[in-house]
Amino acid sequence: MASKAPRHDMPCQDPIVRGKNFSEVALGYTVETAAEEAKRCIQCKKPKCVEGCPVGVDIPQFINKIAEGEHLEAASILKGKNTLPAICGRVCPQESQCEAQCILGVKGEPVAIGRLERFAADYEMANGTSKLEKATPSGKKVAVIGAGPAGLTCAAELARKGHAVTVLEALHVAGGVLMYGIPEFRLPKAIVQKEINSLKDMGVEILVNQVVGKVTSVQELLANGYDAVFIGTGAGLPYFMKIPGENYNGVYSANEFLTRSNLMKAYDFPNHATPIKVGEQVAVLGGGNVAMDAARTALRLGAKDVYIVYRRSMTELPARVEEVHHAEEEGIQFKILTNPIAINGDENGNVKSMTCLKYELGEPDASGRRRPVAIEGSEFDLPVQTVVVSIGQGPNPLVTTTTAGLELNKWGNIVADETTMATSIPGVYAGGDIVTGAATVILAMGAGKTAAASIDAYLMTN
Amino acid sequence: MYKVVKRRQLADIITLLEVEAPEVAKKAQPGEFVIVRQNEESERIPLTIMDFNRDKGTITIVIQEVGYSSNLITRMQEGDSFVTFVGPLGQATEIENYGTVLCIGGGVGVAPVHPIARGLKEAGNKVISILGARTKDLLILEDEMRAVSDEVIITTDDGTYGMKGFVTHGIQSVLDQGIKVDAIWAIGPVVMMKSVANFTRPLGIKTIVSMNPVMVDGTGMCGACRLDVGGETKFACVDGPEFDGHKVDFDLAMKRSAFFKNEEAVAYGKVKCQCAKEGK
Repeated sequence: MASKAPRHDMPCQDPIVRGKNFSEVALGYTVETAAEEAKRCIQCKKPKCVEGCPVGVDIPQFINKIAEGEHLEAASILKGKNTLPAICGRVCPQESQCEAQCILGVKGEPVAIGRLERFAADYEMANGTSKLEKATPSGKKVAVIGAGPAGLTCAAELARKGHAVTVLEALHVAGGVLMYGIPEFRLPKAIVQKEINSLKDMGVEILVNQVVGKVTSVQELLANGYDAVFIGTGAGLPYFMKIPGENYNGVYSANEFLTRSNLMKAYDFPNHATPIKVGEQVAVLGGGNVAMDAARTALRLGAKDVYIVYRRSMTELPARVEEVHHAEEEGIQFKILTNPIAINGDENGNVKSMTCLKYELGEPDASGRRRPVAIEGSEFDLPVQTVVVSIGQGPNPLVTTTTAGLELNKWGNIVADETTMATSIPGVYAGGDIVTGAATVILAMGAGKTAAASIDAYLMTN
Repeated sequence: MYKVVKRRQLADIITLLEVEAPEVAKKAQPGEFVIVRQNEESERIPLTIMDFNRDKGTITIVIQEVGYSSNLITRMQEGDSFVTFVGPLGQATEIENYGTVLCIGGGVGVAPVHPIARGLKEAGNKVISILGARTKDLLILEDEMRAVSDEVIITTDDGTYGMKGFVTHGIQSVLDQGIKVDAIWAIGPVVMMKSVANFTRPLGIKTIVSMNPVMVDGTGMCGACRLDVGGETKFACVDGPEFDGHKVDFDLAMKRSAFFKNEEAVAYGKVKCQCAKEGK
């Protein structure tokens, strides 16, 4: 029977302590708290939460197993639909997906589905011995380009069907944005690698240091024995503001800033050889999850004042509520309704300040959000030595521009059928940010899964 | 793992390494580069390709010790391996028959000029190479460059070998012979490329330079290698590394290259201290 208890908080590191370390912020439920939270679920006969999940996890079922203390069973149910549950439990925007649909949320607070997912996945990692069984080989080979959330999910699903899968990754480690983008304090890298190792156990081959578009091409892969190709190369081309001073020293793209810190472990410099330089005052431009990650990273790297500079208001921030909340707790300062018009440097080309304008909200624009309008004469200078530009990124062109016959849209994203993820080239499928533009981990995973189903059907008929 | 199969000391602080990387070797073209990491804690650094051997499956790189990471790499011996050796990256040189071309290499910049000169020679150009060094002992790859050039001019800052002066004096000497130069490739320290570009701009001679800014991933993802070329922001890793030298903002490039100078000194100090302890 469902308990009337309120939603259980996630224990976290103290904000003052965690602002100085890179260890995980949220500590996870205990067995007891997880059971208590799981018992809040009323086990709807027609669960709406499942509809809210892009990969269709059997949410009431796995929660029920946690309530019964069958944690490994819970994890196995999760893994039936979601190959990377420890990751999704940490980084999915649950509040706008499964939890947004939870019936308890109508009058009160929804079940903490994401936290329970994380609990079950972590429990399995710590205590489980189960390995996914290798399927009977189908004799078909598939190349997956990009070892991020879309590619890894696609690879796992195809391996389950018995297809031989090779994942080609441009960086020196697999994981994509999970490794280079999302900080250690939000998603420990060891967890990412454990989930990737479980794919290797399933027989998925992962080759790193392979820049497709340079070292090989989609056509060559098809000519060299691969029966199908999945492109999941993500959104790896940072946008800049196109304002004066953007090439001064101290201006980073969020990708560079986060890659230095996460992938190359610059926070451990000089034990790790990649440096990172952060001033006492740091401005992060943008209001998404990546901006929150960059701001909180800057704080941990020793900045005194870290500003999120965003041209709309707090209610329009695109970042997850929980991440904004964590950032506020840690002392990140929100300069909302503010936008830079120039970055100013000293004689050595180092950033010394940023000239900004104040904004107010006008009528809604095409996106449905109220359009920010600059207030005349509101110019002011914000003293900063570091600027992290986090206003989004476009599709990386290395694969798309070297694949003849691949249809792209005007932004350079691959055009793929929404229901099958098929591209304009037979046998070539695509999914994730390279198709949709920068989105979330779970949406990329959903696309990888859809593509895998289509690729399987294609392989069985061709 | 990418094994060093040959090591040659070209000068006191300049080392040549031939590295097993068959996939890179299969595709490498003049003008392209690789990104390497020496060990698991190393940073990713870009190095221009000096040579490629498709049959042996090797790539040759030349590296000068300037700091921590280059020190680690120049100390590598035959049999040692890189953990990362990814490429070929960047845009290949546009090899065509231009007529008469100058291939200018300054210091360690002679290495990346080598495959370009060879490619241009094979395409039917008359190749005049100008090799510059501070002093005779730092001049590298003279024989290799002679093998792919119609003529080689050597300049040293101190006059210990060849013509005393800079590579621009070498250009002047070619022009003084009444030779019409159709295109120039100049690779070396940024300050050298800047002076070559300044020298040829009023003469209207097409001048290509190869930029080597700070880089992380090398695939366009991080944007660290931003340059101002003709008022536009370009990424050296995917738009370059070669650019029209008359349009590059070299002063900005020099400032950007200096951004991590203090951090590099800290790391370099660490390795030098380590070497001293080990008596190396």
